[in-house]
Amino acid sequence: MNPIYASRRRKDIIIRGLCVAAAAFGIGWLTLILGSLLWNGLSSLGLNVFTQMTPPPGVKDGGLLNAIVGSLIMTVIGVAIGAPLGMFAGTYLAEYGRHDKLSSVIRFINDILLSAPSIIIGLFIYGAVVVPMGGFSAFAGSLALAVIVIPVVVRTTEDMLALVPTALREAASALGLPRAYVITRIAYKAARAGLITGILLATARVAGETAPLLFTALSNQFWSVDLTKTMANLPVTINNFVNNPDPNWKSLAWAGALLITLSVLTLNIVARYVGAERTPK
Amino acid sequence: MTDMAVESAHMAQADIPLDRAKALSAFKLGDVSFYWLTRISAICVLLILGGIIVSLIIGAWPAIREFGFSFLFTQRWAPSAQPTPVLGALGPIYGTLITSFIAMLIAVPVGLGIAIFLTELCPMSLRRPIAMAIELLAGIPSIIYGMWGFFVLGPFLANSVEPAIIAFFAPIPILNTIFAGPASNLSLFNASLILAIMILPFITAISRDVFATVPPVLKESAYGMGCTTWEVARNVMIPYTRVGLIGGVMLALGRALGETMAVTFIIGNSFRIEPSIFAPGTTISAAIASEFAEADGVHQSGLILLGLLLFVLTFFVLTCARLLLMRIERKAGA
Repeated sequence: MNPIYASRRRKDIIIRGLCVAAAAFGIGWLTLILGSLLWNGLSSLGLNVFTQMTPPPGVKDGGLLNAIVGSLIMTVIGVAIGAPLGMFAGTYLAEYGRHDKLSSVIRFINDILLSAPSIIIGLFIYGAVVVPMGGFSAFAGSLALAVIVIPVVVRTTEDMLALVPTALREAASALGLPRAYVITRIAYKAARAGLITGILLATARVAGETAPLLFTALSNQFWSVDLTKTMANLPVTINNFVNNPDPNWKSLAWAGALLITLSVLTLNIVARYVGAERTPK
Repeated sequence: MTDMAVESAHMAQADIPLDRAKALSAFKLGDVSFYWLTRISAICVLLILGGIIVSLIIGAWPAIREFGFSFLFTQRWAPSAQPTPVLGALGPIYGTLITSFIAMLIAVPVGLGIAIFLTELCPMSLRRPIAMAIELLAGIPSIIYGMWGFFVLGPFLANSVEPAIIAFFAPIPILNTIFAGPASNLSLFNASLILAIMILPFITAISRDVFATVPPVLKESAYGMGCTTWEVARNVMIPYTRVGLIGGVMLALGRALGETMAVTFIIGNSFRIEPSIFAPGTTISAAIASEFAEADGVHQSGLILLGLLLFVLTFFVLTCARLLLMRIERKAGA
């Protein structure tokens, strides 16, 4: 064989090997994480996790009920505030101002917000809500989550509405339907699956967010559903439990981590499934 | 003709003429209010960014007045020092930059390798499942990575890996200060490795998307000329997508710089700068996360100032990333 060919071939084989090794390396780490999460999480996951409150240190029993409920409440409120706002903003970008100057600025800023560090959002809500309101509250935590939901929903709404064929809108306009009705009755319906996907993805994104809750909702060791007080929530509870040597807290932290991961993965998979429904058409 | 048609329509609805006018005005009202609803929501996005900047500056103002530019160059972090607290951002800034740098050093080549593997080498039937698994993993909350790093990876590295590295570099001048012992559960290196694992799915997903924009014809003609897979990747795919790849890497960098929960547990929270990467350190976000809830006065303001610095840093990186990615989007659209 020609020596040049041989050396090219050798190089190719080495690089291919490295690529396969990279894939094995990456996937290996990730399976390791999921594996130890399942192993430790399942072994400490019992009925008590769902029926009992978070225990004080040194006590053997206890669960995560107040944290689970608190997380659900704050996530739902955060999405309920953020999703409509994000959807309307995305509608403006896709329908009314697709090409104007304001939209391109908003689009750019939205992309920045989309990847802004979430701890900064926490600081923002601390300064804008917690300080004026005079204390940590679940409401502030929900607002922090809403601020994270908005850019995700803006982005997906705009992308999904852009996929709706213009001919549909033109047909509706030709029947004399005003613009707002063309959008709400025609475009929203055509893009429904995509819009739901966006909201689900946003929910998955905030379900495990810890940093913005650390100094907005704080956490609470006891049962509380009062929005103006601190409220227990899974991520911050895990954060507090990890930092403590108590073995019972440690195993509850694993159980909580497993719950968060499973719910985030489920939301992501459902979102994908809903989103895939219309793509083949 | 038209007049007649209108007239006959009128005649047909002669008994309910008011309703038609009412319906039309209701339509009009709905139309206008929906327009403003969407427009105001869109402007809210701008207001949020404005609000973030303004509230950070207001919160940081006492610290800015107290320390001025020396904040950037002071290493000492002593919030309870007498008579006045001394706060300096040098330690956290150093930690943020060094952990992100090491994380990118590991994650970029591995991520690119996985992306090349997925687009060129992997059997067709495995491509979708592996790509989907990687995208799902990109969605796992960062506290999970942090917790795993604290309980599993940190002890493993400190007991099994780091002593070997330290022993290996001990006789080499310069390098033995960078890789100096003792090995510890909490160190800059451990935090960097966790960061690398966390941004890996992210880099892989973006580079795969970017590689998908390479026209198959280009690759096929290179293969047709007898190029090997590596030559196609190096001379066709990477040059064609260069701008997008850099944009994607910077996006990942933005994420690494601001990442909080993955590093807070494992970095050790030490504000001292030490030459060894096995020494504990801190990052801007880890410092805020671990001290903010208990801080008050100038200490709290100093932490907000740290947040402002982080925001400016990530804003700059993300802006560059978006501008580069917009360029490749325009190219793909054209």
